[in-house]
Formats: sequence, C-alpha cells, structure tokens
Amino acid sequence: MKDQADGYVTADGRQIGPVVMEMKNITLRFGGVEAIKDISFDVREGEIRAIIGPNGAGKSSMLNVISGFYVPQEGEVWYKGARRAPMKPFQVAQQGIARTFQNIALFEGMTVLDNVMTGRLTHMKTGLFAQSIWKGKAEAEETANRAVAERIIDFLEIQAIRKTPVSRLSYGLKKRVELARALAAEPSILLLDEPMAGMNVEEKEDMSRFILDVNDEFGTTIVLIEHDMGVVMDLSDRVVVMDYGKKIGDGTPHDVRNNQAVIDAYLGVAHDA
Amino acid sequence: MAYTLVSADGPQSVPALLHRNAKQFADAPAYREKEFGIWQSWTWAQTRDEVEALALGFLELGAAEGDFIAIIGRNRPYLYWAMMAAEMVGVVPVPLYQDANAEEMAYVLDHCGARFVVAGDQEQVDKVLEVQDQLTQFERIIYLDPRGLRKYDHAKLDQYTAVQDMGRKARDKHIAELEARQAKLTYDSTGVMLYTSGTTGKPKGVVLSNRNIIETAKSSSAFDKLRQTDDILAYLPMAWVGDFIFSVGQAMWTGFCTNCPESADTMHVDLREIGPTYYFAPPRVFETQLTSVMIRMEDASRMKKWLFDKFMAVARRVGPDILDGKPVGFMDKLKYGLGEVMIYGPLKNTLGLSRVRVGYTAGEAIGPEIFDFYRSLGINLKQLYGQTEATVFITAQPDGEVRSDTVGVTCPGVELKIAENGEVFYRSPGVFVEYYKNPESTADTKDADGWVATGDAGFIEEGSGHLRIIDRAKDVGKMADGNLFAPKYVENKLKFFPNILEAVVFGNGRTECTAFINIDLTAVGNWAERNNIGYASYQELARHPQVMGQIQSHVEEVNASIAEDEMLSGCQVHRFVVLHKELDADDGELTRTRKVRRKVIGEKFEDIINALYDGSPSVSTVTEVTYEDGRKGSISATLEVRDAKVFADTRKMAAE
Repeated sequence: MKDQADGYVTADGRQIGPVVMEMKNITLRFGGVEAIKDISFDVREGEIRAIIGPNGAGKSSMLNVISGFYVPQEGEVWYKGARRAPMKPFQVAQQGIARTFQNIALFEGMTVLDNVMTGRLTHMKTGLFAQSIWKGKAEAEETANRAVAERIIDFLEIQAIRKTPVSRLSYGLKKRVELARALAAEPSILLLDEPMAGMNVEEKEDMSRFILDVNDEFGTTIVLIEHDMGVVMDLSDRVVVMDYGKKIGDGTPHDVRNNQAVIDAYLGVAHDA
Repeated sequence: MAYTLVSADGPQSVPALLHRNAKQFADAPAYREKEFGIWQSWTWAQTRDEVEALALGFLELGAAEGDFIAIIGRNRPYLYWAMMAAEMVGVVPVPLYQDANAEEMAYVLDHCGARFVVAGDQEQVDKVLEVQDQLTQFERIIYLDPRGLRKYDHAKLDQYTAVQDMGRKARDKHIAELEARQAKLTYDSTGVMLYTSGTTGKPKGVVLSNRNIIETAKSSSAFDKLRQTDDILAYLPMAWVGDFIFSVGQAMWTGFCTNCPESADTMHVDLREIGPTYYFAPPRVFETQLTSVMIRMEDASRMKKWLFDKFMAVARRVGPDILDGKPVGFMDKLKYGLGEVMIYGPLKNTLGLSRVRVGYTAGEAIGPEIFDFYRSLGINLKQLYGQTEATVFITAQPDGEVRSDTVGVTCPGVELKIAENGEVFYRSPGVFVEYYKNPESTADTKDADGWVATGDAGFIEEGSGHLRIIDRAKDVGKMADGNLFAPKYVENKLKFFPNILEAVVFGNGRTECTAFINIDLTAVGNWAERNNIGYASYQELARHPQVMGQIQSHVEEVNASIAEDEMLSGCQVHRFVVLHKELDADDGELTRTRKVRRKVIGEKFEDIINALYDGSPSVSTVTEVTYEDGRKGSISATLEVRDAKVFADTRKMAAE
C-alpha cells in the first residue's frame, strides 16, 4: 500500500503524502571512522518517521546530515524533488526544516517567550535598523510573529511559564520549550533528537501526545530519534533501524519488530559463534 | 410562603437581565478571557449577540422546553454563555465538576436526563462518550476546543462555533420562537440546577429558581455595594454555587465584568494582571499565598527582611483598625502610610490583591493569623456562611464588623433560628425549590414553612448578633452538666498553632474536657534545630520538656479564648497528653481526608484516656502501628499527663 507514489491513508485515517525527502547512499566519515555507511531511505509527507538503533549506531549523525550540519562525503540528499546542494544549517532552516537537540540548546537566560520568538527568525524580513526603531512594518511584523508564537505556546500548554527564564525550568519543560521553538518556525519537516530522553513516564506521555497532535493539527512531517522502543512503536508510521552505521531494517513498526537483524542488534548475538 | 422581596417590575429571569445589560451597559466589558497571551473582551451587547446565536443554534438542534443541558469545563466565557443560552430557550443548565470521573459524571447526566452536553475540550468529550451507553436521554455533545477532536466521528458532535453559525443562519426561522420562550420565563421558572458534591451519599440536584438567583444577587450586591465597574476573577469550579452566583447572578445584576484565566496554572499571573476588585478564595488559597510570601522573605536580603518585619509589626497593630475606620494615633497613621508605600503596596501588587474592595473567604475555618495578615495589609477580607440550598448567602460580615471567629450577621432577607440541639436553620428568598427527583430529601431538609436545616451547629452571639458556627450538628454533644460539647471547635483553635498538627478533644458526657495533641514534626523540628535541641525520634521530641511547655502554653491560650465564650466555656481542656505517635490514616485513626475518627481513637487509646481522667501523672502504653509496607510493629512509651490552667467564664463572673 505504501508503495503508491501519491501516498495513502493510514488505518487511523491520517493522510500520508508522497515522498518529500530522500537520502541516497549516504556515507559520512570522521577521519577514518565511518559513522554512516551507504544508507538510503525516504521520508513521506505527513508521516512520523523514526530512526532507532543502539548507542553509537549513527542516528544523531544521520539527523545532522538531514539538518545540513554535516555534509556527507558520498551520497545525495533529495528534498522536494530536487537534489540539495551542500548548504549551511540556516539555509536548511529557511527551506522549512526545524529541529530540537539531544542536549537541550536553549538560551538559558531568556524567557520562554523570547526563546520561542527566536524560532520565528527565519520569518522576519525587516532589517536591524527598522527593528530598532520599531515603527510601521517592523512593529506589524513582530505582532504577527508574536501571534504565531502565542498559538504554539497555547498548543503546548506552556502559558504559565511564558515569562519564566528557561534556566528555572525543569528538564521536561525545557524539552517542551525546545519543541515550541522548533514549531515556531512553522517547519514542513520537524527533526526531533531524542525528545523523550531522561523523562519520567508522565512527561513521556505528555510529549507523545504533543508529537501526535503536532502531526495531526499542523500536518507536520516528523523525523525522530528515540531510545524508548515502546514510544517509537506507538508513535511512528515507519521505522529505520541502524546499527554500526548501517541500515539493518526499514518498515512499519510491526515489520521491524519481527526483523531478525533488528532483534539481534538489540538483544545481542555472539559475533564469533 | 410570603416573601416580601418579590418585585412586580424588574427583570424576572437571567436572560431578561442580559437584555437589560445589553441596553444599559452596551459598551461596558462583560467578559474577558486571556487567550494567546492577550486579554480578549466582550461587551454586554456582544455577549447578548453571542448568547442569542447559541440559543438559536440550540433551537435548530431541537432543544425543547424543560430539557436539561449539562455544561462541563473550566471557567470560560463561552460556557457561561451556554448557561444563559440554555435559559433563553427554556432549558435548565446543569454545570458539572470538570474533575469528576466518568462514572460520577454518568450518574449526574443520567439523573437529570441531559439531552445535550456542552464540553470544554477533548478530555470532557472522551468522558461523556465513554459512558454514553449508560445514558438513556443523551443525544449530542457540543464542544469548545477542537484540539484533538478532528478525527472523531461527528455523528454526535458539534463544534460550539458551528452551532452558533447554525443559529445565525436560522435566525429568521427561530427568532419568534426564541422570543416567545423568553417571554414565558418568570420568577418561578428554574434558573439552574447545581449538584451538591455529595460527600455523603449520591449527589443531589439542587433546583434554583430565577427568584432565588435574582433576589440573592440583588440583596447581596447591595450589602457589599458592588458596582458596575467591578472586576471578578472566575477560577473556582463552575458547578459550585458560589461561582454561579458571583460570576452569573451578581455579575448580571450589577453588570460587572467576569474575567476568566488563561488556564488553571496561570491563575496567579492572571490575578495580578486583572487585579479584581471583588474576590473570593477558600482559606487554603490565602494560606498558601501567605506561606510563599513568608518563605520568600526568609530568603530576602537582611535590609529588606528588617523593613518587612518592622512594617508588618506596625500593620498588625494598627492595620485592621485603619481598615475599619477606627481612630488611630497620628504617628501610627504616618508609619502605616510609609509602610503602604514601601511594603504593603508592592506586596499587595505581587499578590494581585491591590484593588480588592470586597474579599470573601468561606468553606472552612480560617486561622486568625492568616486572616489578620491580609486585613492588616488593608485588604478587606471578610467571611461569609452559606450553602447551595440557600443560593450561597446565609450570613456575611458587614464592613467594619469583621472578625476571624464569626461568620457575620444575617444577609438581607434571611431569617435564622437555632434549634434545641444547636442546629442552625434559615429561611430566605434564596431557599432552593427542591432536590430534583428526590422529594424525601427535600422534605428532610426543608419544612413546610420554608425553614432549611443546615446540618451545622452554631449560636448567635449576644450583643453583636453575629453567627458563630461550632461544628457539624451531629458531632456536637453534651457534657455531664448539660453544657454544649463541641470538640472540633476546640481542636480547630488548637490546630491554628503551627506546632500542633492534630488534636483530639474528649469530654462527651463527662464533667471536663481533655485532649490528645500531635506535634507538627516540621514546625517543632525546625524550632529544635534553631535552638540546638537534639532529638533522635518523633517520640523523643514529643516528650521534650520544652516542647511540652510550649504545648501547655498553647492549650492555656486556647482555654483563655474559650472562656470568653458563654456557650462553650465548659469545653476548656483540663488535662492533656502529647501523643508518642502521629495519628495516621494507615492505622485507621484518621480518614483518608485527614478527619479524626473519634471512635477508633477512643477504643485504641483507652488506657491513655483513663489516665487523663483518673488524675495519674503519667501513663505507660504500648501502641500497635502499621508501617507503609503493611508490616505491623508496636511502640511503647511513657507519657506525661499535664494539667492545663482553666479560666472562669468572665461573663458569668460579672453577672454574679
């Protein structure tokens, strides 16, 4: 069913579109270390795509390739039907790809609202001079951007901490603020690097609900890396499994769960047996 | 029943009031709600239009006169409008507690037979859908926040705005019917039905008529001189009668503005931004706020702490008198004025209480220290006594006669009487019509002459005419000499001391009262630490002579204050012990909501009670305890029994 080029409708009624991003034979080396070895997979519009794998499998490197932070030595990244030339992360952001980080990367001294507003940066057109005078266009622009930021704050239920400096928040809330900032960019693809790491069960449930709601309400395509297998299997439409830089599985959660190579990678097999 | 307050003219229903306000205060704000970081507001004229659109939508959906419509969600203007729209079409609105679970909700929805439910969000919709099979008359849900509901089967769902649009489109078709239905509303038609929380047995639906709502709103607004320009923050459950009367009854009558917070978590921020002039909060809200102020002051710089302490002492001395308009010395006035600029003003601003002209607390006893703290800052905090069956108001404290130990004088139009056993009865225009589908309970509570039993015991103070509530009527007993025995009254007084966590007073049928005391480990432990007093266990701390001494002085202070009460002077504590263990729900000594189980304690600690009455100086005892993991053990201890000074009734002495 999912081979249909124009997309398909999932069992729970979600519309999955055509392929929006494709990774073709990506290889990434750090000196002599091959972090990613010849990996290919695609991402469809509107789906939740998970990348899983044991520690050091190359998941975060893969996400960094998508976000433009790393430029692979070999292979091609195709985005919206065109081959993407090597570009700077801010250019990638302008193309509509936003991300969160494994180790939270917020501006600690700034308020939640200001942090979310930084996510609007790619949508601001007026120059430094106009913004410092703050008249006419600049004012109207900021008002419009603030409105978007406020909708996201409302959506993620963080109204109560709007004016709180990020440094005073709990870990779980910081993660949510990071998601808010990424969403503020109104991305077409959202990259989440371990959105639930270090959270308790309740926070994980909240975060899962937000991820599903984001996908549902805004139709955002989501690529996420996650350790918690239960969460991945519940959330995602399709899963890529990596181990030692190689792709060892790709398919629906059900397929992946029954894939022998994946079971071996997770449960471990005696290599010299 | 002959009520003198029924007016021949004037609006006879809540919708009639809405139309009056839309004309009279057309451009004044009626509702505000913070959304997306901005306070959105609606004028009375806009409110009328919104309500009317929804009412027309209800007609389009087929709402019939006499139907019930349930309303579930946090305080939002849209839900208040739903109540008004329901009344417009002759339907009875039934607000429900939003934190009720699905089963509790099923009972109420089925009991009233609601055909429509207006739900705030997905959570409430889910609960109703979960129990819909148990409901025979349920037809549709109208939901407010569409989030997460996009994929739901909409066979039984409508979005709130869609119903309004439906109504606007069908205006020509239904407007005549809508006007006809409103014209039929009288003082005797049902205005709202509120379910009592049901701590004992199933919840009961209290039917309140337009007369109840409007007469109560009218007289209580006059009592506190509420103005059209007042602001109120609506944050307490919509299903609670207080919220209904403040945010709908009084708001409609006086035309003041109801402000809804952005979410439950932002209440304190929103409180600061709105700065209500009329404010209600249960004692625990005031208590938490005070604690947080005190903790923050402990962390403040030395200079600031010194200023705070200095000026708070001034405030405590003269603040309440200044508030009551009593004469105060010139120097004190000057100092208080300086304090207002430097401490009280900024503090009130932080608390969001700068503009409060009338503040109320009720529901349970408030500690005198907490009460006095707010009053000394110049916040006009008062107490009232009421219940759902009375449409809130039974008694309230008039300005200038505010004390922490009474609940005030009767509200205009209310009559009180005290029964033989001390139970308080009242009669007023606010007395409810009936319990829905429950004539037996109605007859039990309200007699043929309209007198309603409160279930509380109390007495009217001679001289001031203030009502004082002692305890639940069923808990009040008699002492051997026939005096009233009100254990909870004494226990509450004891518990106001931070050092005392729990107290149990004995004396029913005996000649004198005695008490068990539990120390508060946090407070006493903190004190011990600051004074270099070492202790190894709760037990050791509890029987430390200095701790015993402190407790004794607290008991004697309480005795002195009880002695001033003619009715209760017999309840002074003659002897007491400080218990060697904390009373615990795991051991069955307390209920899960931390209420004392007198019978269990009486049996379990019989030996100690005997020692309290036979005059022995100490008692050795072994007590079984249950640990958290369910294992059992025992503690043995020797407790010192102390005598406390008792005071003669000062009034009786004077009379003799």
